[in-house]
Amino acid sequence: MNVTVRLFATFREGRGKELSLEMAEDATPAIVAERLGIGVKDIAILLVNGRDGKVDGSLAEGDRVSFFPPVGGG
Amino acid sequence: MQARYARNLETLSEEEVAFLGGKTVAVVGLGGLGGYLVEYLARLGVGGIMAADGDRFDESNLNRQLLSDAISVGEGKAEAARRRMALVNPQLRFVSIPSRIDSENGVELLRGADIIMDAVDTIPARLALQEIAEDLGVPLVHGAVAGWYGQVATIFPGDRTLDEIYRNPAARGGRGIEERLGNLSFGPAIVAGLQAAEAVKVLLDRGATLRNGLLVIDLLDYEFDLIELGKQGA
Repeated sequence: MNVTVRLFATFREGRGKELSLEMAEDATPAIVAERLGIGVKDIAILLVNGRDGKVDGSLAEGDRVSFFPPVGGG
Repeated sequence: MQARYARNLETLSEEEVAFLGGKTVAVVGLGGLGGYLVEYLARLGVGGIMAADGDRFDESNLNRQLLSDAISVGEGKAEAARRRMALVNPQLRFVSIPSRIDSENGVELLRGADIIMDAVDTIPARLALQEIAEDLGVPLVHGAVAGWYGQVATIFPGDRTLDEIYRNPAARGGRGIEERLGNLSFGPAIVAGLQAAEAVKVLLDRGATLRNGLLVIDLLDYEFDLIELGKQGA
C-alpha cells in the first residue's frame, strides 16, 4: 500500500518534508518511522490522517502519517 | 480609564480593559518565553501577575531572555521581573515567586491565578503544570520553542492535551530538540506573543482559541500548521 508521510522540524533534515512510501499491508506508524530511521521514542506527536494516532495502529492505502519531534524549550 | 491603556481601544472595549485589570495571570518560567509574557501582559493591562522561577540569569541567557542584561547576570529571574515591572507598570499587583514550581508546591503557590502560562523548559515540568492547572480549575496556555520551531496550545481542565503533545515525556531526559538546536532571540518573542493573544482571548471569551489544537510554527520554511488534538477534537 502507498502511505504519505509528512515530517516536521528536525525530522526533515536529510529526508525532506513529504514522502510517498510503498509499505507492506501490515505496516504500522512504528514501521514507517523505522524505515525512515526515526526512533519511535523521538516522536512526540503522531498523526494519522490529521488525528492523534497510535504507533502500533493499522494503516490503509492512501493514509497520511505525520511525525513531529518534541519541542520543549522555554 | 487611564491614558496608559488608551491605545488598547477600539480593539478592546473599555469594559474589557477594566475586566483584564481585575484578572491575575501566573507566568511559570521566566526565561525566553516568560520574560516576554510578563512584559506583554503587564503592558496590556492585566491587573495581577504572579511570576515564578527559581533560577538565576547566566550569560548564555542574554541572546534571548528579555529580563536578562549585563547587570542582571547572577540575579534571580523572579527578582529581575519584579524590578522590571516596577518600571514598566508600577500599578501592577506583582507577586514574585522565586521557586521552581512542581507538583508538590504548585497548587499552593499559584492559587489565585485566573489562568496559567506555561513557559517552563522541561517536558516533565510542563506535565506537572497541566496537573496543577487542572487542580486549580483554570486554563493553561502552553508554549514551547526550539531553534526555528515553536508551538502554542490552550488546555482547559480535563483536556489533557499535553499527553498527546509529548507522548514520550521521559525521552532525552525530558528535553526536546532545543537541547541540540538552542533558541534564537525571535523564537521566544513570537511564541510568547501568540500565548499572550491566546490568554487575552481566553480571559475575554473572544475570537478563536487554540483549545483542542496545537499551532505548530516553522519559521525556517514559514509553515503554520493547526493540528487537532484533545479529547473533544478526537
